[in-house]
Parts: sequence; structure tokens; C-alpha cells
Amino acid sequence: MADVAAALLQLLIVAAGAPLIVGALRTLKARLVGRRGPSPWQPYAELRKLISKEAVVSTTTSWVFRATPYVLVATLLVAAMIVPIAVARPPLAFAGNIILLVYLFMLGTFFLALAGLDAGSAFGGMGSSREVAVAALAEPTIIVAVFALALRAGTIDLGRIAERFGAEPWLAANPAHLLAFAAFFIVMLAETGRLPVDNPATHLELTMIHEAMVLEYSGRYLALIEWAAAMKLFLFMALLANLFFPWGLSAPTGLVPIAVSLLSLTLKLGVLTVAVAVLEVAVAKLRLFRVPELLAGSFALALLSLMAVFVVR
Amino acid sequence: MTRLVYGLVTLMGVVVGVAGAYGAAGGAGTLRIGWLVPLGGLELTLDPLAGFFLALIGFAAVPASIYAIGSSDGDGRGRFAYAAFVASMCVVPLAGNVMTFVLAWELMSLASYFLVLRDPDSRESVRAGWIYLVMTHAGLACLLGGMLLLGADIGSLRFADWRAAAPTLTPTTRNVAFVLMALGFAGKAGVIPLHIWLPLAHPAAPSHVSALMSGVMIKLGVYGLMRVSLDWLGSGAPWWGVALLIAGAASSVIGVLYALVEHDLKRLLAFHSIENIGIILLGLGSAVSYRVAGLEALALLGLIAALYHTVNHAAFKALLFLGAGAVVHATGTRNMEAMGGLIKRMPWTAACFLIGSAAIAALPPLNGFVSEWLTFLAMFQNASLGAVGQSLVFTLGIASLALTGGLAMACFVKAFGITFLALPRSDAAAHADEASPTVRVAMLALAAACIGLGVASTLVVPAFEHVAASVLRTAPRATAGHWLTLRVSGDFASLSTAAIAVALAAALLGSLAILRLVGASHRTRSDETWGCGRILQTARMEYTATAFANPFKRVFDFFYRPTTRLDIESHPESRFFVQRIEYESPTRSIFEDWLYRPSLDLLVRGARVVGTLQSGSTNQYLAYILAALLLLLVLA
Amino acid sequence: MLRQLRTAFRTGIVTEPVRASAELERVGERLATEISRLFSRALAIRQVDAGSCNGCELEIGGLTGPHYDLERFGVHFVASPRHADCLLVTGPVTRNMAEALRRTWLATPDPKFVVAVGDCGRDGGIFRSSYAVVGGVGEVVPVDAVIPGCPPSPAALLAGLLEAIGRRR
Repeated sequence: MADVAAALLQLLIVAAGAPLIVGALRTLKARLVGRRGPSPWQPYAELRKLISKEAVVSTTTSWVFRATPYVLVATLLVAAMIVPIAVARPPLAFAGNIILLVYLFMLGTFFLALAGLDAGSAFGGMGSSREVAVAALAEPTIIVAVFALALRAGTIDLGRIAERFGAEPWLAANPAHLLAFAAFFIVMLAETGRLPVDNPATHLELTMIHEAMVLEYSGRYLALIEWAAAMKLFLFMALLANLFFPWGLSAPTGLVPIAVSLLSLTLKLGVLTVAVAVLEVAVAKLRLFRVPELLAGSFALALLSLMAVFVVR
Repeated sequence: MTRLVYGLVTLMGVVVGVAGAYGAAGGAGTLRIGWLVPLGGLELTLDPLAGFFLALIGFAAVPASIYAIGSSDGDGRGRFAYAAFVASMCVVPLAGNVMTFVLAWELMSLASYFLVLRDPDSRESVRAGWIYLVMTHAGLACLLGGMLLLGADIGSLRFADWRAAAPTLTPTTRNVAFVLMALGFAGKAGVIPLHIWLPLAHPAAPSHVSALMSGVMIKLGVYGLMRVSLDWLGSGAPWWGVALLIAGAASSVIGVLYALVEHDLKRLLAFHSIENIGIILLGLGSAVSYRVAGLEALALLGLIAALYHTVNHAAFKALLFLGAGAVVHATGTRNMEAMGGLIKRMPWTAACFLIGSAAIAALPPLNGFVSEWLTFLAMFQNASLGAVGQSLVFTLGIASLALTGGLAMACFVKAFGITFLALPRSDAAAHADEASPTVRVAMLALAAACIGLGVASTLVVPAFEHVAASVLRTAPRATAGHWLTLRVSGDFASLSTAAIAVALAAALLGSLAILRLVGASHRTRSDETWGCGRILQTARMEYTATAFANPFKRVFDFFYRPTTRLDIESHPESRFFVQRIEYESPTRSIFEDWLYRPSLDLLVRGARVVGTLQSGSTNQYLAYILAALLLLLVLA
Repeated sequence: MLRQLRTAFRTGIVTEPVRASAELERVGERLATEISRLFSRALAIRQVDAGSCNGCELEIGGLTGPHYDLERFGVHFVASPRHADCLLVTGPVTRNMAEALRRTWLATPDPKFVVAVGDCGRDGGIFRSSYAVVGGVGEVVPVDAVIPGCPPSPAALLAGLLEAIGRRR
């Protein structure tokens, strides 16, 4: 019973809270450049509007195009039950741990990239090609970086890693930890299409990565895809927050600890959102073919971090 | 007649598969017919590992033969070679002594050589067959060398005697025998850098043969490696595991890198076989390392991962090759750049190919995910080895497996997306027809196997654990759990693909339900693809496979070393009116340029030096004989 | 980076409230209620240049800057008509762009509306009778609102757009 409640709570937080992060990021970025900016609740209004519109589907496409938004959302909803967000023992944590999480993201990327190719437009193919190039370098980094933490925590269960580092914070004072954090942060920016890898606000097709793939989507399909993108950002931020700053995360024991962990999560996400907003305002987008260098760098950082676990004891 | 032969092979597959499953489950037996072949007679032994591979061959041969029935069109060429090929493959894992083994091995190689040489008039086919023949016999030479050395040292050519005598071997004999036999088997398995025959030979053969060559034949190389590194020679030296891990890491990454820039559909799949052999070797390598260190539960886990991936690769690679065969049959080309839009013309083939693609890209909850998960877990627990050097090699293995996963996903987006989606890029693709029902049955069976082996992982793992435990001759268990969850190494990690499948299905329905709940509009309108207002959309505007792979070519240019050739032909009146542009950016193989070319050159130069002895003068030859005689007399 | 942030903090928000009165010419009665219901909080605009001199584009570009900050009203520009609710069309529609404009309109999902910008967009402006020009935007696709001016100032554009979606300031 407690499991079901925890599952529903996690799902609800991710599903309902995700657009707020995107909205808050936009508001903050606007404020930082001297604009008033939209309300943080703006993405909700946009989603509501999109679902009430008709969907225009290209005659060139196949069922893959129409199935993709649902598959994408499904992978992220399942991922929401693997990442420790409100509770340290998320309901599906037993189903495959961090490896499953990464491969679920890959499942989503796989279908989205196919959908990008499906309409047969040059932009879609270009976006797919770039997205998989980024994902192919970024997603392995997550596995390696989290393994570095897992080795020192003695388990690959995300919740248990967080608990271990929460209980013994001095373990975090280690080069492996810092390297893994740097690698993970870069991957987060790359995977969720933020600057300096991809510009979420661009209108120029030739510079797009994620956006170019979804140019063909409209109406409810687009709403699902935007929602999924928001959930992915939320999940990455929550994972980063709870893995590297695990204080306040609770095992599902009662209402008070869960309330504490929710409060701390809000704080941590708030800090991260500000950090990402400041970074996005301060840095320019990298030239496309410099992006792999950044990602290769982050992969190397993750690898170094894993090696540091063995070498620096 | 042709169909009868293929039908009989199907039947043989079923029988062999059942027999193999019986063996894998623990049924043992030996059959000796002393007079049939010289030097030890025919000896067939069924033990769990042999049974496992026998079952693999049998169950892979069934869909391949069904496909052959459906696609043969009365073309009877190669049917007997095919039957001999399957039969000889069945004997290889059963062989109980060197003579039986080598005969079956050679028959398998020769039968597949004739299948590769399907089209004796095409240069490509002849070259593929020639390189295959040379490489396979170089491998056989290594293999025979190792086996005879061991046989001479122990005094018996029976594998059972080797097993008993293994602890008494000197380290030198053991290492030399390992190197020679491992080289021979690795050559057959297509391990980098002995892989060069594989991407030539597999695509040249008919698709049902490619499916068996990739799905099963190269696995017999893996079978050999398992026997050599875990069984015949007892437990070996720590460097064996390290060598296997490095070979696995290199094969997996390099295999997938080559596949990424390959646009011949069947060659692409062949390169992925190299990658998957690499993944299997990562599991096997960790098993060997752990076993030497005395960590039997972990060794068991590594071997389970290797066995699981062996079966999985047979399932999805056979499926993909059959799918590719159906596509090639329908379009008449293997070039992906001339395909496209086939999902509308061949919906069944497309659906099966999509399942195969997702499975080989290790996407949950399909079978590839389970075995890669197990391989990760096996490599990941290397801290208990307590050796920093070995741990760093394991780290390399983890990193390369992670990278391989990402790159394989990218590659199959290309393989499926360019082949099946968007608009047809040629007339042949626009008028392609769906494969015949028989072919579809074969593909559907394999697609079901990919799903079943994934979702029912908790039922499959105990069976493989039994086989692995018999190879390692240990009792401890690496996995525990019940029908829903598989737990590995106590509380270290757990996996439940059934739960993932259910959760994904529920989430899919959930997302549909959410849309309904919030009152989403159902209206859908069809329109042409948005192209910035341009008047006509043609297939020439689509992204090509070359363009798709280009980011990778740029990122890994130190590896591909691409050359660019741009040929522009403009109107004689003005260079601003371009009439034709030809762009080509082929990659160069490191292994051909830096390994094979120099060693072949050396060989040729050496041969030329020795060739001067051959003067053609009888007197000189008599002088040679005299000199040799004198030398022998002096030495005696 | 720090200097840039310091400047941002010292300057503060420079966006000004909308002052100008509506310079919108007409909003179709048919759509008026639906538009204000649907898009009052979120509007995605696809800008189409159907042959403009780029004067209007310059002014439209000004809308996204800190001073006018269109985004504060939940209005933003998108990269594809598939994502759009409103086509903001500028220029006299040239013969070469007429078909492209029609296809853009078809590519936009319903409900949608079209705003013609500038005197050229209204009726072709000074290019009206040119052999290369079809005429105003209304000649090619149904227009729901017109923002006149040559070019209309950003303030006028902003006021016109807000009027079109029925948003009170």
C-alpha cells in the first residue's frame, strides 16, 4: 500500500511539476537579461492550448511517427518511478537500477530520432542525426559516472547510493566524486538540450538539435513531446540533486519525512534551476562540431572518476 | 526437391534443438564409432555446454530453413552445401576428440565457403570467398598447432583426457596452447583484428546463410574460446582474462564504429556481429578473470552473461539478416541509399526489423538489454579482485560497453530509419512487395524469441546458470530471485524485465488516458511534410545514410581517416551552371593499412627471396639434394 | 561572465508597460471569441515574410527585446507552422511567395488566425499594381486582423496582437 502511494506520489510530482521547472528557467533567464519575461506557469498554459488544437500529420509518415510521443512519455513515466525523487526507495527501483534508467532514455531517443526521419524532411533527418550523435556520447557517460559513485557506495541502487552518501558525507570529499559530478552536469545539459549544447529558444533550423526533430509535430502530439522534454529535465535535475546532495531524502516511513524530503528537493531544484539559468545566460552555444569535444571530455571525466575509485583509495 | 531439402533441415533443426536442450538440462551421453575415422575414431559427447550450443544451432536453423523454403523460388543452388553446413555445425560442439572436431570444423568452413561463393561470376563474391578461405585456414593452422601440441604433451587426443590432465601441465605449455587455440577460435569468431573476412563473407552469402553464419557459426568460435579458457586447460593465468577483456572491448567499439559508416545493409549487420562478439567476450573475459582469482560466484555471473548474449545475438541477428534478406529480395539492392519508405510496402518485415533493431540496441525490455545488463554487472564487481591493474582493464571494458550501447542505438536508428521510413529513394523501393507468408513466419518466430527472451529473463537465467555452473564445475549461485525479480550477488542489484514491460505498457495506456482525461482534441488532419513552403517534396530532399553518419565520421575521424573526393561537372559555357556533383568520402581501414598490407608485403618479399632457389635447372636441383643428404649425414 | 551578470543586476528590468492604444484594424467576428478563449494565455506565432522590404521584420524583431518583451504575455515565436497558432504575415504577397504562403497556412493546425502586418500586407501598399505582386495577404489566405503602418512600430504591433487575442493589459 505504501508502495502504491509512493509510486503515485512520485509520478504526480514529476508529471505535474516538470513544466514548472521549464517555466521557472525561462522566467529566470528573462530576468537575468533585463526582461520581465513570462510567468513560470506559462508552460502549463501552452500545454493546455496544444491539446485543444488539431494535429496535422504528414502524409509521408507511418505509424512510427504517431506512436513516438506516447512511447516517449511512457519511458519517462517509468523513469519517474526509478529515480529517487521524494522517497529513497522508488517503486520500480528493483527493476534494473541505473542501467535501466539510461537505456530507458535511450529507448525514448531511439523512437524520437526515428520519428524525425519519418517525415522525410531534411530538417528532421538532420535533427535525428545530431540527437543520436549527442546521445550516443552522453548516455554512456551517465552509466560510467554513476558507477563511480556506486562503487564507493557498494550498491548500484540509486536510492541506497544517496542514503550512503547522506549518512557519511565525508565520503563525498574525493576526486572521484567531483569528477563524476562535473561529468554528470555536462551530460545533463546535453541530454536536455540546454546551452551550450543546444539552444532551446532557437528559431534557426540549421543550429537545432532537439527542436529540428520535432518540427513536424503539432497539437496533442507536440504537447506530449514538450511534456516529455520537461519531465526529462526534471528527472535529470532530481537525479543530480539527490545523488550528489542527498540530504533530506527519506525512506518511505511516514508523512513527516516525506514532507521534509519534498521540501529539501524543492530547495535543491531551486538552486539547480538558478545555476542552469545563470549558465545559459552567460555562455554562448558551442559550434556544432565542438559539441562532441565537450561530450568526449565529459566521458573522459567520468572514466577518470571511475579509475580514481581504484587508484585513490 | 529444393523445398524438401530445406524442409528436412528444418526437421533436423527441431530434433537437434530438442536434443541440445536435453543435454543443456543435464542429460549426458557419449557415442563412439572407432572405425569411422582414423586417429581416434568418431567420438561424440553430450555435456551441458555442448547441449547449449547444439540447442542454439537447432533453434536458429529452424527459422533460417523456413525462410529458405519461402524465398528459394526454385533456385536449388547451394541446398546441399546448406544441409552439410548445418549438419557439420551440429557436430562441432559434440566432438569429443581432436579428429572429430577438426573434421567437422573443416567441413563447416568448406560448406560455408561454397555458400559464400554463391555467385562465382562476381569478382566481389570470389574475393570474399578467397579471403574467407585464407583466414579460416590460417585459423585452422593455429588451432591444429595448439591441439597437436597439447595432444603430444598429454599423450591423448581426447578432450576428456585433456580435462583430467590439465592441472599437471606446465605454465608454458598451457600458455602456448591457449594462445594458439584462442587465435584459431577468435579468427572464426571475428574478433578484431582477425575480423576482415567477416564483413566480406557474410553479406555475400544468401540471407538465410548469413543469418546462420552470423547467428551461429561465429558463436562456435565463442564455444571454442569457452572450452579453451575455462574447460580444456583448467583454470588459466590472470592475463587470459585480461586479454579476452581487451579483445572484447576493442571488438565491440570498433565493430560498431565500422557499422556506423556502412551503408550496405548486410555489411552493416555483419559489422554488428563483430560488436556483439566483443560483448560476449567481455562477459567471458570477466568470467575467466574471476575464476583465476577464485571468485566463483562472479565467474558464474560473467559466464551467464556471455551465454545469454550468445543466445540473444543469435535471435536478433538472425531476425535482422532475414529481414534484410526480405528487403534485398524486394528491392534488388543492398544499398540503403536506394531504399526508404518500405514500412508502407512491407509492414510485417518493418515491424519485425524494428523489434530486432530495438533488441540489438539493448533497449528494454527486450533480450539484448538483459544480457548487456548482466555483462555490466559482471564487469562492475571487479573491485573484489583487489588488483588495480586488472580493475583498470575492467573499467575500460565498462566504458567500451557503455559507449557501444550508445553507438549501436545510433546505428540502428540509421539502419531502420533510412531503410524503412520516409519516401522511397528508388523505383525498386517504391514498388517493393511484402515478403511471402513463409518468410514472415520465420521472422515473426524470431521476433517472438527476442521478446520472450527479454521479458521472461527470470525463467531463462536459471537454465543458463545450470550450464555455466557445469562448465566451471562449481556449486555457488550468482543469482537468486523469483518469477518477477532476478537478484544478482545478494543485494547488489536486481532486474525485472517483466515489471519493466508491464510498467511501460501501463504508462503507454496511461498517456493515452491522460490525454482523454484532460479533454484533448481528437482531430487529425493530413497534410504534406512541412518544407518551408517548397512546392514539391522528393526523396532527394531526405537525409541520406551518409549524411546521417557524418557527425560520427567527424567525431571519430582519427579512427576512420576519411578521404574526400568531390567531382563537379559544370556546363561548358559557365562554371556556375553545375550539371553533376559527385561526392564520396570513403573511410580507410586501419587494420588493412597497418596490419594486413605490411604483413602481406613482407610475405611476398620473402617469397621472392626464396623463389630465387627455384631456377628450373635440373643440375641445380641435384645439387640441392646432394647438399641436403650431406647435411643429414653430418647431423646424424 | 561575472561582469555581465553584474551589469544585468545593476540595470534591472527595462521592460516598459504597454501604452499605445490598439491600432488593430479588424478582428473577424467568427474567431474573436474563440481566439481570446484559447490564446489569451499562450500564443505561438510563425512569422512569414511573403515579399516584404524587411522594414516590418525589423520592428517585429524589436518585440522580443528587453524593452517590449513580447514573451511576458505568453506570446512567442516558433520555428515551424506546425507549432503555430498565428501567422504573422508581412509584405505584399509576391507571385513567388503566394504558393508558399498558402502551404504555410495549410500546414498550420486549427484553430489558427492570420494577422497581416503593415500597409503592404493590408492591400499591397505601394507595390499594389506591380506585375510581380498578387496583392495583400487577404488575396491568398483568409486574414483575421490587420496591423497597419509602414512599418508599424513595435508598440503598435504589440498592442495589435494583444487586441487580437483579447488580452487586457
